[in-house]
Amino acid sequence: MQTQEAVKNSGLNKEENSIRNSAKKFLVNNSMYILLALIVILFQILTGGILLLPMNITNVILQKSYIFILTIGMLMLVLLGDIDLSVGLVLAFTGALSAVLIIENNMNVYLAIFICLLVGLLIGAWHGFWVAYVHVPAFIATLAGLLTFRGLTIVILDGQTISSYPRAFQLMSSGFLTDAFTDNPFMLTLGLGFIFVALYVFMSIRSRMKDLKFGTNTESNTRFILKITAFSLAILWMFYTFGNYEGIPNVLIILTKLGLAAKFITDRTTIGRHIYAIGGNEKAATLSGINTKRVKFWTFASMGVVSAIAGMVFSARLNAASAQAGSGFELDAIAACYIGGASTSGGIGTVVGALVGALVMALLNNGMSLTGVGTDWQMAIKGLVLLFAVAIDIYNKNKG
Amino acid sequence: MSHILEMKNIIKEFSGVRALSNVNFKVNKGEIHALVGENGAGKSTLMKVLSGVYTYGEYSGDIVYKGDVSRFKNIKESEEKGIVIIHQELALVPYMSIADNIFLGNEQATKGIVNKNITIISVKELLKTVGLKENPTTLIKDIGVGKQQLVEIAKAFSKKVELLILDEPTASLNENDSENLLELLKEFKKEGITSIIISHKLNEVIEVADNVTILRDGETIETLSKEKNEISEDRIIKGMVGRSLDNRFPKHTPNEGQVALEVNDWTVHNPIDTERIVINNVSFKVNNGEILGFAGLMGAGRTELVKSVFGKSYGKNISGELIKDGKPIKLKNPREAILNGLAYVTEDRKGDGLILIQDILNNISIASLEKVSKNTVIDKNRELERSREYKKKLNIKSTDVFQRVDSLSGGNQQKVVLSRWIATEPDILFLDEPTRGIDVGAKYEIYKIIQDLADQGKAIVVISSELPELMGISDRVYTMNEGTITGEFKTADVNQEKLMEYMTMSVNKKGA
Repeated sequence: MQTQEAVKNSGLNKEENSIRNSAKKFLVNNSMYILLALIVILFQILTGGILLLPMNITNVILQKSYIFILTIGMLMLVLLGDIDLSVGLVLAFTGALSAVLIIENNMNVYLAIFICLLVGLLIGAWHGFWVAYVHVPAFIATLAGLLTFRGLTIVILDGQTISSYPRAFQLMSSGFLTDAFTDNPFMLTLGLGFIFVALYVFMSIRSRMKDLKFGTNTESNTRFILKITAFSLAILWMFYTFGNYEGIPNVLIILTKLGLAAKFITDRTTIGRHIYAIGGNEKAATLSGINTKRVKFWTFASMGVVSAIAGMVFSARLNAASAQAGSGFELDAIAACYIGGASTSGGIGTVVGALVGALVMALLNNGMSLTGVGTDWQMAIKGLVLLFAVAIDIYNKNKG
Repeated sequence: MSHILEMKNIIKEFSGVRALSNVNFKVNKGEIHALVGENGAGKSTLMKVLSGVYTYGEYSGDIVYKGDVSRFKNIKESEEKGIVIIHQELALVPYMSIADNIFLGNEQATKGIVNKNITIISVKELLKTVGLKENPTTLIKDIGVGKQQLVEIAKAFSKKVELLILDEPTASLNENDSENLLELLKEFKKEGITSIIISHKLNEVIEVADNVTILRDGETIETLSKEKNEISEDRIIKGMVGRSLDNRFPKHTPNEGQVALEVNDWTVHNPIDTERIVINNVSFKVNNGEILGFAGLMGAGRTELVKSVFGKSYGKNISGELIKDGKPIKLKNPREAILNGLAYVTEDRKGDGLILIQDILNNISIASLEKVSKNTVIDKNRELERSREYKKKLNIKSTDVFQRVDSLSGGNQQKVVLSRWIATEPDILFLDEPTRGIDVGAKYEIYKIIQDLADQGKAIVVISSELPELMGISDRVYTMNEGTITGEFKTADVNQEKLMEYMTMSVNKKGA
């Protein structure tokens, strides 16, 4: 009798253990989402509901768009086990270049944008060359880049601030998708939201059908339905919110395109797999036939392009280019990657995670501003959040 | 005879799983006691319990050391009592001198200022004890692994050791250095120092040990004594695996075909010191369906030869000719080697082979992604299907292919690396120490896999430092020494002594 009891008890314990384990696993894998939710709830209460108002959400996106954009590029480098300290100043330099070309020389806006992207590519390739082929540590190569482009920005601006872009350029950052069609964006935005959700649901179901056919998916039906319902509602809420203000910001479309492209590259392509492999074990990657130098070179080069995009978005928003722009942005982007679960030694991290990390920082800033916390304290608190977020992550991973 | 150490009914659990269940372990004063068992049998865990890495409460049972029940709270406490462990992975700082390493954490200093003269004098004394002829100011990175091992032992002696525990001390040493180390242990025994040696190399165990304790699945199986003439390789293996292995190597009849790869006049220079020739004018060939062995001591140039052939992944100024299936080929990098049907399984599984933080799936796929992708876009379902197939075929023991490889045992990790290279569908596989650090059961499985590949018509080149293994699986063997090939033998016509003679043959004598 007693032994039977004991067996039963141990069985029960096992069940409890497995529930506790899976709960723990959930917490470990989703710590940044939980952090995001906590911050949203906290500031929603503290600001008396202002945080989630349509106008405020739109503002957060517009204000911090360049950090989100930089974060996407930075994540790729963090996955490689590298970082780029120069992105803030490359942003300043390309922003200044766009001002010189468009405002001072009246160049065609689209030609100027193209030239700025090209210059961004060359700058990224410059860093990539030193890191990949000469083996200068990325920290040093891009620190040198930071100093160089801080200087060159002042040189091409001649120490002045240049302002007043033409409307076509400003729209990149301050325009809304529905501007051209109607004065009342609500119905159109919500309509777009439904189309977006329909597309999302269709693609999810199609990919799930394929997974089930191959027997490669272990997710249960209820979980799948819950997941797509939650995401659909979230998307609809986003569109509803934007519709209630001025519609979908153009910059959000740039951001979404970049984010989806980066997610596709990291998740689904051989290049993405090579990046993760190099960050995980460079020697093993080389012996597996991966051209590690070329992958590094092109990842740095694309960081340059991304910095140039961010540079133009930033200048367009301020409607000016100044020599003081950009300093410290690299740190925000790097911090976002780590808060989003990326590993400092490379090989671990996701695009979505990093963007959530950036959102955590942005909402923290915004929430504190709304509650009247000064920028001095904001910086200090952001630093502590970074430290604790990463420490908790490491603690969890070691425990699990 | 009195016991210096007695461990009674030791139980240690890791989140519900028993790593040690009721282990009893007695060590006599002044003896050399070997602790053997397969990987995961609990040897290292037992030593961690002894040295205070796990404190009382985390384990249960009694440790009686020199007559007292001891409960050490940390390594420092056990070291103060004279118990010193030297781990398999050496804990030396490469850019510090021998002397500074020996007194690391135990500096000869007054008021925080290191006294250099006293340090050097004491170190000279210690180096004499362990028989290491090196200047105390030489940097660790400039001496070989064998000598580094001796530095570790000297470090142990700087702490007044009474019970010395060596975890796989000869795993990364060549025959010569191993021999020296074992001699040293015998010297210590004369001076009354007790040693516990954990080792996979049974011939060494038999050579030095007075008693052998066998662990299996966290339990003590038996203790064999030399006095009673109980120690033999067969008996130890039987105890370790729980069954007698009459045949450690699966039976195999070779079925050879055409020449798969011919290497002619291959010369390779050292990548850092480009004046130095590492491989000197080597020529060899391997046939389809054949298992070819390379025998040699450490530093003979076997790994360097194979790596330089595999897309120049080692060396500078490489010259020579490669002919595959009758056609000359040029391989500039590992990628071209893979595309030409070559595969290289590294000797350093964790360092150069696996991406430890990634799962089995990624580790299998990484060298052959183009086979499951179209225009660089990966077909994830096909990829998953393929890796599950290999998991099944090679019997990789894990919950699924989504398990991280750092949580797997050595044998299963090796199967993952093998899967990666089989997935590239190669014609020629270079296997560098394919069973290093793997337990007896898994070794047998690896041999089966190697033979199956040969039977499919692939050419296999095996490098192994264990001669019985090399002779057990290969059809033909080349011996190497000092960067040249010194002999070629059909395995059936040769014995270990003969191979060893050619492995140590100096280049100058070759012509004579």
